[in-house]
Amino acid sequence: MIDFYLHLHPLVQGTLKGLAVICVIFPIAGVCSMAERKVSAWIQGRPGPNRAIVPWAAWIPFIGPFLQKLGVFHVMADGGKMLFKEDSLPGHVNKFYFVLAPIIAMMPALTTVTAVPFGAYLDEAGRVVPIALANVDIGLIAVFAVASLGVYSVILAGWASNSKYPFLGGVRASAQLISYELSMTLSVIPLFLWVNEPGREGTMGFARVVELQSNPGFWGGAWFVFVMPISAFIFMTALFAETNRQPFDMPESEADLVGGFHTEYGAFKWGLFFVAEYSHMLIGSGVFTLLFLGGWNPLPWIPLATLVDWLGVTSPILVGLLSIVIFVTKVLALIFFFMWIRWTVPRFRYDQVMEIGWKKLLPLSLLNLVAYAIGIAVIQS
Amino acid sequence: MNVVESMPPPPKPDLITVNIDGRDVAVPKGTNAIEAARLVGVDVPFYCYHPKLSVVGNCRMCLIEIGMPAVDPATKAPIMDPATGKQRINWIPRPQIGCATNASPGLHIRTNTPQIKDCREGVMEFLLINHPLDCPICDQAGECKLQEQATGYGRGYSRFIEQKVVKPKRTQLGPRVTLDDERCILCSRCIRFCKEIARDDVLGFIDRGSYSTLTCYPGKKLTNNYSLNTVDICPVGALTSTDFRFKMRVWFLKQTNSIDTESSVGANTVVWSREGIIYRITPRRNDEVNDTWMSDSGRELYKQVRSSDRLTAIRVNGIDSSLDVAVQAAAELIRASAGAVAVVGSGRSSVEEQFLTHKLAKLLQAPAGIVSRVGEGDGILISADRNPNVRGALVTGLIQGLPQPKLERLAAGIDAGTIRTVVAINEDLVAAGLTPAQLAKVAIVYLGTHVQPTTAAARVVIPTLTVFEKSGTFVNQQFRLQKFAKAVPGPAGASDDLVALSRLLAALGGGAIPSEINALWSLMAEEVPALKTIAFGRVPATGLQLDPAPWAGLPYVEGETLHYKPAP
Amino acid sequence: MAVIQVERKPLTFAERTYVPQIIAGLVTTWKHLVRRKDTLQYPEQRPAIPPGYRGVPTLVRDPNGREKCVSCQLCEFVCPPKAIRITPGEIPLDAPHAHVERAPQAFDIDMLRCIYCGMCQEVCPEEAIFLQQQYSMSGYTREEFVNNKARLYELGGTLPDQHFKWDKKKSAEERGNEH
Repeated sequence: MIDFYLHLHPLVQGTLKGLAVICVIFPIAGVCSMAERKVSAWIQGRPGPNRAIVPWAAWIPFIGPFLQKLGVFHVMADGGKMLFKEDSLPGHVNKFYFVLAPIIAMMPALTTVTAVPFGAYLDEAGRVVPIALANVDIGLIAVFAVASLGVYSVILAGWASNSKYPFLGGVRASAQLISYELSMTLSVIPLFLWVNEPGREGTMGFARVVELQSNPGFWGGAWFVFVMPISAFIFMTALFAETNRQPFDMPESEADLVGGFHTEYGAFKWGLFFVAEYSHMLIGSGVFTLLFLGGWNPLPWIPLATLVDWLGVTSPILVGLLSIVIFVTKVLALIFFFMWIRWTVPRFRYDQVMEIGWKKLLPLSLLNLVAYAIGIAVIQS
Repeated sequence: MNVVESMPPPPKPDLITVNIDGRDVAVPKGTNAIEAARLVGVDVPFYCYHPKLSVVGNCRMCLIEIGMPAVDPATKAPIMDPATGKQRINWIPRPQIGCATNASPGLHIRTNTPQIKDCREGVMEFLLINHPLDCPICDQAGECKLQEQATGYGRGYSRFIEQKVVKPKRTQLGPRVTLDDERCILCSRCIRFCKEIARDDVLGFIDRGSYSTLTCYPGKKLTNNYSLNTVDICPVGALTSTDFRFKMRVWFLKQTNSIDTESSVGANTVVWSREGIIYRITPRRNDEVNDTWMSDSGRELYKQVRSSDRLTAIRVNGIDSSLDVAVQAAAELIRASAGAVAVVGSGRSSVEEQFLTHKLAKLLQAPAGIVSRVGEGDGILISADRNPNVRGALVTGLIQGLPQPKLERLAAGIDAGTIRTVVAINEDLVAAGLTPAQLAKVAIVYLGTHVQPTTAAARVVIPTLTVFEKSGTFVNQQFRLQKFAKAVPGPAGASDDLVALSRLLAALGGGAIPSEINALWSLMAEEVPALKTIAFGRVPATGLQLDPAPWAGLPYVEGETLHYKPAP
Repeated sequence: MAVIQVERKPLTFAERTYVPQIIAGLVTTWKHLVRRKDTLQYPEQRPAIPPGYRGVPTLVRDPNGREKCVSCQLCEFVCPPKAIRITPGEIPLDAPHAHVERAPQAFDIDMLRCIYCGMCQEVCPEEAIFLQQQYSMSGYTREEFVNNKARLYELGGTLPDQHFKWDKKKSAEERGNEH
């Protein structure tokens, strides 16, 4: 089967990969939206959505009611509603860009996924091979480059809506995303300084980062979150800002901007913005996992290879699946963390957002970079 | 107001000074203490007293303290009180009933002493001993004197633990009156009314003490045409109107002043309605016309408002139409037979409508007349002339002499072919003596309220309002101008008579005549000599006496009634 | 009014980083996350209605099955939103409770107008109208929300009576006067 796949024309392969991305990201975004509702409900002492059920599921004992309580069928109902409800187009908008904005929102979201490895398997030689749709060497650069295109969708949506609240939302989004991209990028530079040790081929890919977190020994097996905690903190904070999540959801800010950039949107176009937001979260969490949380390694100081040894699993497919499960678990835990933060921390004021970005995170990340650069220079020389 | 000034001035009452609760007040000699107290705003409670009935003094509620200035029996010199420097008052040591105390010079009255309060509370408690707790089911609730006085003088709870006296309930005293004997407080107002006003002595008490019971004399019934006045004057819910019984609570009802239209007496009435539905009609006090009474037959007139034969559709040649179209059609009919038009007005129309009818007749140079209706007067409040407003037609000039019951001249005109169109306002031409064959010969424009043989023959039918649905005035047999007001809205489809007539006048080239009643009255004051200086808004609720002299010689059909004596 | 100047406490360094506060907040929300939920699963679970609850106004019968309302219309009068509409009527002479004389022909309460104030219950001299435990009214048309007499008695049922006023009245009538 794999051979058949590998013998296909590269374009067909690409199309299949693209379809796979869509088929995975969309349901995950839907599930995330339901998870968000459930988490918010639980944190607020409510059971959350738990009424919808389809008749055939009601007949299954235990599992049916359990799924119903989890709100699984609400996801289906919401999706169906989103697809079939009237997709209204306000009369006062710039129709071309108004329609374009959600499409642009989806493009970076779906593209960056390809550059993020989500698992690994051991080849015959016992080497760890990452599983990714496009295992490119520029990995993180590609993710950063493409992901920051996402701001265009917000700006475009805000501008094309021809209405003051979306416009303000769009302006805020552009300022905020630019502000935090600086700190975000600066925070990972020490990591790659450390990864690109002298004598080896230079890389910006994720594989080497994970590999460095799988080495034997105390410093070898330590995840970067322990080695570079300040980098991790800055990266995580900036990630919140980049994905427009509370406490940094200035562009939406429903208390003062109604709905921010998506005020004028409804139905499926509106839904696309949220799919994009959740995929950004997903990719952000994946990148954070790879960079700071050991990627597909199960625990600090216990690499995937060691676990495979203990379990005695040899089949590459099983190892791959195992690694994917470990990776996805970490990513989901991070997404839960996103939600947990959202329902805990109130939104910052806009001036606070700017102050944190420029006056706190940027100097901190610069200091962090200088300190680690000196340290790495001392250690490696 | 020259009409009033031309009347002989009323005799100057013989005023004397009495002192009520420390205040001096000048009242006519002989005024009874309750009325005198009312003049200075002091309320003396009573049940059995009625200003228009003889005084019996059997309820004992109006107890007051009275006293006279002290004089020396021998010398008749006033005895002064050294403490106050004024003449001493000899108070009668026990309370007297107010209703039987007439004002005499120097009379002193106290109504607010603790003794008086005790007396009233004692009377209330005795009255309530055997009174059933019927208020939730009693029609009098809300206008019950016992309820009113109980709030002022009742104790709020009962000390009476024995069995209350049982008396017959739901007794039919007559065709229109239901009696609940348990509620009766034996004030005897109804007995006195029947004897003195209705001159039909049928009611009386039987048994004694607590078991006294109101009933009809053996073999008699309370059937006279004034029986429902006993319901009005009953201070409690003992006598109730069978028609109004359990229909509606009085506190929901809106009261509108009106005039009884059944005869030229013009009894003043109050129409009680709720949300456009009339529930009952009661008399309104007017000492110059009907005192506080009215006939039973007059109380049933409201039933015509919602009767099934009410006209509710404007029709032109049998097709439903609008007022504009109907007025145009009528104007065309009239123009088509110019010079051959007759106008039939009505003694049941208001003065304003008769004025417009007269203008219409003048404009068309058409003969105008009204139809007389003569019945038998009962000598009380129903006169022989059963039109309420024949004198209005005289005043406005619509007619010069008294009307005839049959329209013989009109019939002759139709037969001769000199009348080809008839405008009939609220009068049935068949009842007025025209034959169907004669009706078929002419085009009829009909304005009226109910279906009649004439409406079937009419080319144009414009439904109009009953007296309860419009405002206006009548002139009664005494030449008294009396107002009535709109109590309920008219049915859908019916037009105000004044609107219809003024539109018709305008369509015929008569100029713009206001249909709003105040504006119309200013025009009437200009054009009608007898109504000069009168404005509709200033006509008092009890009416305005016009000078009857210009029409004094006419042979009026009325006999003597309550406040009317025919000219000799 | 005097103005009190309050010195704002300077924030510590830890507070200015927001981190300890955010962690404390996360702890709090975590406690809520794992706590037992208070929500009542409404149609299946019903709240316990406390005594004296003012639910839907209803008409009640006495333990002998007599309709207590005598259509005195005090509730109609007192009703602030004018939700009550009564057509009074007379009890025919051959009816078992003819001695009461008066009963409603029609009794409508418009639940779209009713504000559940309970004044009808308070004013009723016959203890015939009660706001009972029924709190949920639903329907598809406006007409469904007008409770007619039959529906009001169906909702109201029978309540105990302390007085039996009319029964006493009837027995006194039957006994007559002792003289």
